[in-house]
Amino acid sequence: MGLWEVTSEMLRVEGLEVVLGGVAVVDGLDLEVAEGEIVVLLGPSGCGKSTLLRTIVGLERPSRGRVAWSGEDLTSVAPHERDFGLVFQDHALFPHMDVASNVAFGLRVAGLPVEVREARVAEVLDLVGLSGFGERPVDALSGGEAQRVALARSLAPGPRLLMLDEPLGSLDRALRDRLVADLGVLLRGIGQAAIYVTHDHDEAFALADRIAVMGDGRIQLIGTAAEVWSDPVSAYVAQCLGHENIVELDRSGACPLGRLGDGPGTVLIRPGQLLLSRCPDGIEATVVGSSFRGDRFSLCVAVGNLEVRVPAAEAVPVGSGVRLSIGPDPVLPLTSITP
Amino acid sequence: MRGRLARVLCVGVPAAFLGLFFIYPVVSILGLGLSGGGLDHLIGLSGNANFRGVAWFTLWQAVVSTVLTVVVALPGAHLIARRRFAGRRLVRALATVPFVLPTVVVGGAFLAVFDRLGMSDGAFRLTHTVWAILIAHVFFNLAVVLRTVGSFWEGLDPGPEEQAKVLGASPTRTFLLVTLPRLRPAVAAAASIVFLFCLTSFGVVLLLGGPGIATIETEIWRHAVWRGDFEAATALAFVQLAAVLAVVAVGNGLQRRRAVGLRTVVARAPAAGRWELAANLGLLGMVLGLPVAVLLERSFLSGGGYSFDNYRALAVRVDLLPLTAIDALVNSFVFALAATAMAVTVGGLASLVVVHGPRALSRVFDLGLMLPLGASAVTLGFGMLIALDEPPLDLRSSRWLVPVAHALIGVPFVMRVLVPTLRSIDLRLREAAAVLGAPPAVARRLIDLPIAARALVVGAGFAFAVSLGEFGATSFLPRQPDRMTAPLALFRLLGTPGQQLRGQAMALAVVLMVLTGLSVLVIEMRRGSVGGDF
Repeated sequence: MGLWEVTSEMLRVEGLEVVLGGVAVVDGLDLEVAEGEIVVLLGPSGCGKSTLLRTIVGLERPSRGRVAWSGEDLTSVAPHERDFGLVFQDHALFPHMDVASNVAFGLRVAGLPVEVREARVAEVLDLVGLSGFGERPVDALSGGEAQRVALARSLAPGPRLLMLDEPLGSLDRALRDRLVADLGVLLRGIGQAAIYVTHDHDEAFALADRIAVMGDGRIQLIGTAAEVWSDPVSAYVAQCLGHENIVELDRSGACPLGRLGDGPGTVLIRPGQLLLSRCPDGIEATVVGSSFRGDRFSLCVAVGNLEVRVPAAEAVPVGSGVRLSIGPDPVLPLTSITP
Repeated sequence: MRGRLARVLCVGVPAAFLGLFFIYPVVSILGLGLSGGGLDHLIGLSGNANFRGVAWFTLWQAVVSTVLTVVVALPGAHLIARRRFAGRRLVRALATVPFVLPTVVVGGAFLAVFDRLGMSDGAFRLTHTVWAILIAHVFFNLAVVLRTVGSFWEGLDPGPEEQAKVLGASPTRTFLLVTLPRLRPAVAAAASIVFLFCLTSFGVVLLLGGPGIATIETEIWRHAVWRGDFEAATALAFVQLAAVLAVVAVGNGLQRRRAVGLRTVVARAPAAGRWELAANLGLLGMVLGLPVAVLLERSFLSGGGYSFDNYRALAVRVDLLPLTAIDALVNSFVFALAATAMAVTVGGLASLVVVHGPRALSRVFDLGLMLPLGASAVTLGFGMLIALDEPPLDLRSSRWLVPVAHALIGVPFVMRVLVPTLRSIDLRLREAAAVLGAPPAVARRLIDLPIAARALVVGAGFAFAVSLGEFGATSFLPRQPDRMTAPLALFRLLGTPGQQLRGQAMALAVVLMVLTGLSVLVIEMRRGSVGGDF
């Protein structure tokens, strides 16, 4: 016990390695989650995010490393004794039970009396906005409703840590945006510590206290949204976060946009540093694509053999020539190590 | 500690049951067949022209029956799988009934049909011909193909067919080039089951084939029961066992492959066309309905008019029988209850082992407990006759012998419904339960058990119906006159000429049909989403 620092840190994952089918899917991973904190685990499909969650919750056994909760080693504790919650991507609602029985399940196996269960079920159903849904069969629910029932079911026993495995993955964009916002309010309202897994950086930005970008079986970078966005460190993380203008420089530090560095390497052109220009001596470029982003347009423009994205206030026809200006401190060097 | 005890029970009870009442009798047959006089008989068989004739007939009637069944069933399977119409569930359930009807009842029904159509004699005689046997086999096994192929077909993505049609293929070409190849695993699996049933068909051959037609199955019975020539019977049973094992091994391989890729729900089945529906239901009605209708009609016919006399006569003992038909029905009912209880217990435990047990054990149980269904009722009955009538295990006079034999045949039915249901319980549900704090045993009680319970009821219904109508194995077991079952009584009534007895036989057949049919029909209609192979 003495080895552990006394902080508000609750979950601690140390040197975790999980081998599935001969492959180390999680490979030497460290992660901490503080009390009441929402950590979003961001990474592309297949990078080991789900496996990490399943290991933390106890459904997979690590081949190395450990999982601890406020100093107590949980590595060999069975899932049903960990007091964690997991919302599955496909909900995994019990098909033979109605909504209320699904939500009451954790309370029932904990041996709570019926009155307590009923009160708590009503409470969490209200929390997820499904008051009065208790007697519905689960196969009569819409995707969004099923997702909220799954959330209510995981919240009902009051887990000390809630994990959500791409819970909105199967829903359409508009519903996702709304539910992510609702979810953030809900989790913060009850001070619930949570790990939320997604491959969608917009979801991550909307929800996270801290974002942990996962790649190659490890956490590549962790920090607040502003921290990781302004300094993504590697090209991989920059891509995961949705940065668009990642550029390779040649030996002299040049690229078609000009000389942006002192030597070879990968750089990120900071957002806002590359803009359309009215100035006649700006960099010549051709519009090759244009997409509407609501408050603005995002143009894909070609400069020589390089394609970059620039914002535009109004539509520009594809094929037309434009000029670009570049700011005074345009680039951030990145390590090009791609997991 | 409790977990270990439970595991020992799960493995031990089915293993002991199968070992004692199936493996031991079968090994006894093999032992007798390979020793002394038995071996001589076995060697003698290959040179015996009579045996070769019987073996050849057994084989080809099974092949032809199977092909006919598949051909007749495919349009119906298409209707059930791909079309929406009022009463679809009822049709589906009704089509299942013949499969569990007692062989003796079906035999009696077809005798009545041929009689009614004037085909029991003369130029168009069907009674006591191979045609009668083929027709009855189609009647019996239609349900196997309808269900196995139908539910597989229902789960197939209709996309490729639609694509083929858009590309310009006619419905026929679409069926031949796209649908049929994809159905092949299900057709093959269904055909191998039907082939097995036809290969080991007993009651139907005995009743409809008459004295002039013999299969290996009826020959075993004739030698063992009529002549008391156990050595000859053993040699024949040996051959039958070998053939059945070969078919089961091949069929099991096909089944295993079929299990892949099942169950994607198709919600957009088009409504059935009026003519399509009429033609299909007409055909099914002809094949399935006519025998039942004629049986009903004949059961009310007595002394030139229609009345309940035949049914009233069931309460009166005739000289031919040691007890009244009602008493025989009561016997059957009690035996069926006991057999069902045993089949559900053994089948339930074995299903748990198949689904949750270690891989090797799971396969052994899956195949092993299926064997009594394939190994032919006659082999089963004969094996029990020779193995269980002397120390160390003398059950000759035990009232348990008949229910035990019936339970052996019922277990595969329980398992065929239960195993797929247990398998279909998503692993994630158990994981979700664990994460919510349920220890494995609690998760099993709250998740697996309720979902499996409905399947267990369906399986029990099949086991009950099968026991109620079982004839082949029962006809071998030591018979105390006062414990005669209804199918045996019916067989004796049918086998004896005389208008009055025939009428009573028809009435008894109707009662048996209603009892077995209803138990399955009710369960089928309430079955809902419960899957399974039957």
